[in-house]
Amino acid sequence: MINFAALGNDLYTGKRSIDFVGRYKRWYVLSGIFVLLATLGLVFQGLNLSLEFSGGSEFRVSKVTIGDTYEQKAKDAVTSVAPAAAPEVTTIGSGTVRVQTEKLSDAKIRDVQSSLARAFDTTAGDVSASFVGPSWGASVSQKALQALAVFLALVAAVMAIYFRTWKMAVAGLAALVHDLFITVGIYALAGFEVSPATMIGFLTILGYSLYDTVVVFDKVRENTGEARGNGRMSYAQAANLAVNQTLVRSINTTVVALLPIASILVIGFLFLGPGTLLDLALALFVGIAVGAYSSIFIATPLLVHMRGKEPEMVELAKKAQRYQARHGGQVLASDVAPIEHGRDDEPSETGSLESAGVGATAPSIARGTHKYATSGPRNQPRRPPKSRR
Amino acid sequence: MATNPYNRKPLKVLAGLAAVSIALYGLLFAAVTWGDAQFKPKLGLDLAGGTQLVLAPRLVGNAKVSSDQLNQARDIIVQRVDANGVAGAEVTTSGGRNIVVSMPGTPPKATEDAIRRSSQMQFRPVLAAAPGTNQPVPTGTSTTGGTPTGTATGTATGTATKPAVPTATGATTTKAGSAVPGAFVRATTTPAAGASTTPAPTATTGAATPTTPAAGSTAAPKDASDLAQITPALTQEFQALDCAKDGVLDGIVDDPAKPLVTCSDTGAEKYILGPVEVRGDQIKDAVAGYQPLSNGQPSNIVEIRLSFNSSGTKAFGNVTKRLVNLEDPRNRFAVTLDSQVLTAPTAQAAILDGQASITGSFTIESARDLANQLKFGALPLSFDLQTRDEISPTLGSEQLRMGLVAGVIGFALVFLYSLGQYRALGLVTVASIVIAALLTYVAIALLGWAQNFRLDMAGVTGLIVAIGVTADSFIVYFERIRDEVREGRPLRAAVDTGWRRARRTILAADGVNFLAAFVLYLLASSNVRGFAFTLGLTTLIDLLVVVLFTHPVVAILSSTKFFGGGHRWSGLDPQRLGAKTNRARYAGRGRVAMPATASATSDGSAL
Repeated sequence: MINFAALGNDLYTGKRSIDFVGRYKRWYVLSGIFVLLATLGLVFQGLNLSLEFSGGSEFRVSKVTIGDTYEQKAKDAVTSVAPAAAPEVTTIGSGTVRVQTEKLSDAKIRDVQSSLARAFDTTAGDVSASFVGPSWGASVSQKALQALAVFLALVAAVMAIYFRTWKMAVAGLAALVHDLFITVGIYALAGFEVSPATMIGFLTILGYSLYDTVVVFDKVRENTGEARGNGRMSYAQAANLAVNQTLVRSINTTVVALLPIASILVIGFLFLGPGTLLDLALALFVGIAVGAYSSIFIATPLLVHMRGKEPEMVELAKKAQRYQARHGGQVLASDVAPIEHGRDDEPSETGSLESAGVGATAPSIARGTHKYATSGPRNQPRRPPKSRR
Repeated sequence: MATNPYNRKPLKVLAGLAAVSIALYGLLFAAVTWGDAQFKPKLGLDLAGGTQLVLAPRLVGNAKVSSDQLNQARDIIVQRVDANGVAGAEVTTSGGRNIVVSMPGTPPKATEDAIRRSSQMQFRPVLAAAPGTNQPVPTGTSTTGGTPTGTATGTATGTATKPAVPTATGATTTKAGSAVPGAFVRATTTPAAGASTTPAPTATTGAATPTTPAAGSTAAPKDASDLAQITPALTQEFQALDCAKDGVLDGIVDDPAKPLVTCSDTGAEKYILGPVEVRGDQIKDAVAGYQPLSNGQPSNIVEIRLSFNSSGTKAFGNVTKRLVNLEDPRNRFAVTLDSQVLTAPTAQAAILDGQASITGSFTIESARDLANQLKFGALPLSFDLQTRDEISPTLGSEQLRMGLVAGVIGFALVFLYSLGQYRALGLVTVASIVIAALLTYVAIALLGWAQNFRLDMAGVTGLIVAIGVTADSFIVYFERIRDEVREGRPLRAAVDTGWRRARRTILAADGVNFLAAFVLYLLASSNVRGFAFTLGLTTLIDLLVVVLFTHPVVAILSSTKFFGGGHRWSGLDPQRLGAKTNRARYAGRGRVAMPATASATSDGSAL
């Protein structure tokens, strides 16, 4: 196992640093590819909505004796005729098997009816077919979307107030949308059926993504606050250091969150085959992995981009450049990123020419001692002897 | 042995947590012993199956249901089902005609009825009133049955302001006769001229036939209380109506623009009512509760407080203003539910603020049901229960079992990983997760009892994901402590400072999650609400555990030799964390200075 404690130490002090903010182009391109894939999946494949959303066909096989194998029997009977029907089998009362499938054509419905009748040893007359409406109808989706919109607006407000800048809220929400879009897109690409349970999975991802981003941003807030106070680091450097300092935490958290889901995935894959459990686990696995990725690689660089252009931050970057040049080589670990990572300084922001000049001369100028100080011990007020007090 | 003063506060907090846990489990135990709770959490429709109700619309003649009506009905039924708790029921339409409600467990009869009733509330002025039966029948059965308001007990008619009718205790017909108010008798005698145009009232009951002297000549009624609306046909219908008979109102045609002949829901009185003046959809909100006495204490009379929207407020004000000046019984204002009169109080004063309250033969439960129905609006149709069947789970027990097995394996992996990362501190993580799991279990079992909360497959996976979020709080905390150790703080100081910083982060992140849960719970419906419930619950428990368990435990541990001394396996070894090897120098204000040579060391760990 990697020695995370030592790595964490190096990352914390800045001895070792990964340039997350500076290499933003790579991450943007990577995310761009994912988003493109997701878009392709959504456009060409589309979401495979389950019958809870769009309605479907329902078959009832009545007057049968229900054994232990009714579920498999019914599923086989349906898929032999209509492979893409995604049947759901339940029993109703004591002698009826209900099979719900996606919406089928009239011809297919007759086929399924006779196939089911054969499987359960009855006549086709005992297999009724009807259309069943959606349980997750337009009104449920509409309400959910409304709730989501209100929630996002509130979260943006809360984040803006907590972090004292709306730009963090925007970056956080951008990461959120990024995560959801990619997860949904991968779902579409894989062609998995989207059921209400999957929707809940997506919502879980939403919660997790926000949570993760807030944790990372809180460290960014802390570091950049310090940097603005002492002027020893540019905003980009401070943010990058924050990401590095929380990196061990991010890795640990992601691993801990993914381990149980991975075990569901493996068990579901080995013993259960496709089903709600596997679908949900996959959605969550992808979503949480992407959520952890976006907090580090997307949200923070985005934030630095937005804030780095503020006049105050440009000023800070100049100040930091001068300071770092002055202390070239010997740097204080917790407030300065290592010098060898020159990439951290965005040339456009810092005005490298000017600071280079300062850097060349600054270390040689030793501040002279005040002549008062060189003359002898400091004059202290004397305490009068006791008799005179 | 005296306790270490550093441990006093953490021990207090831990005692608090123990008290909370014991209280919760005690509550659950009590609820199981004396209530109808169970130790096992209730499972949702997809895991445990339930009951399927097929509701068919009640149609008059060969009328048809439009898909709009059906969808509207479905949406309202979903709201009504949701108001009964977060059970996660499924409501679909079937065959473009029926509505299929699948609920986990076996819903009580009252819930079933509450779901399918139309609950069309109307406010009509009373034109005439009479006891409910024409012949005195010596039996006490006077309910017409099937009402959500329950059987007739207590007052037969009540009023919002003051009863106009002396309360007929018990719905026996002998008393029903005496329930006719004195003023009412006067009303029957005054229009002497009208007696010629209508059949003579039957003497035994003293039934009313109030008509205007010139019933035939006035063509258009000038307002809803105008007696000119009572045609001979209506009078005849009114006379023939016997509220004691079962199903007497089944074929009733309820046209809002025309007068209506109907019974009270207890059958004690029958009425001719004017056209509808305030509709049920003008009700903005309805709350059930006990009517306060004049001293502000709640009495045992159950009432439903209504508030109207702006148009309803105006209409209600106009009607009450007009009715105040009319004679009895025309100063009474009837509240009908599904064409039956719930109550017909006398208008004592003009009510202009749009607040009204209804009393009647409610129990507090039936009043709550009715208030919910009124709040979410009336169904466009009434529905009859066609079939009621048990339904098997859509997901086999296999899925749940495998899900739980996967959860246990996942937890074991988390355990190993935490030990690898945090050494002995990992044990604290695992203990915290176990505590969180215990609290979650009891909370779900309790909520299943109180709120009908049921765990479905999505909920189970949500709980498994919650392991990650819960563990993260500790990871954030531990990493902060390590950061402080790296900055050169002694462990106890590191625990305190680390906690102060971590607490802020944890509160912010959990706050956002809780906000999500809260908003989604308030605004969304069906499954999404269930999810919001789970999310809010796990977030709260996460916060509870990290504040009440993890921090105090770490604080106590930091004063032990093993952790405080930075043992190799404690996970807080300053040497391992690099604080000493690099000869960190305290540089004031919580900063450390690193000598430049330190950067040359390498431990071979790669990225």
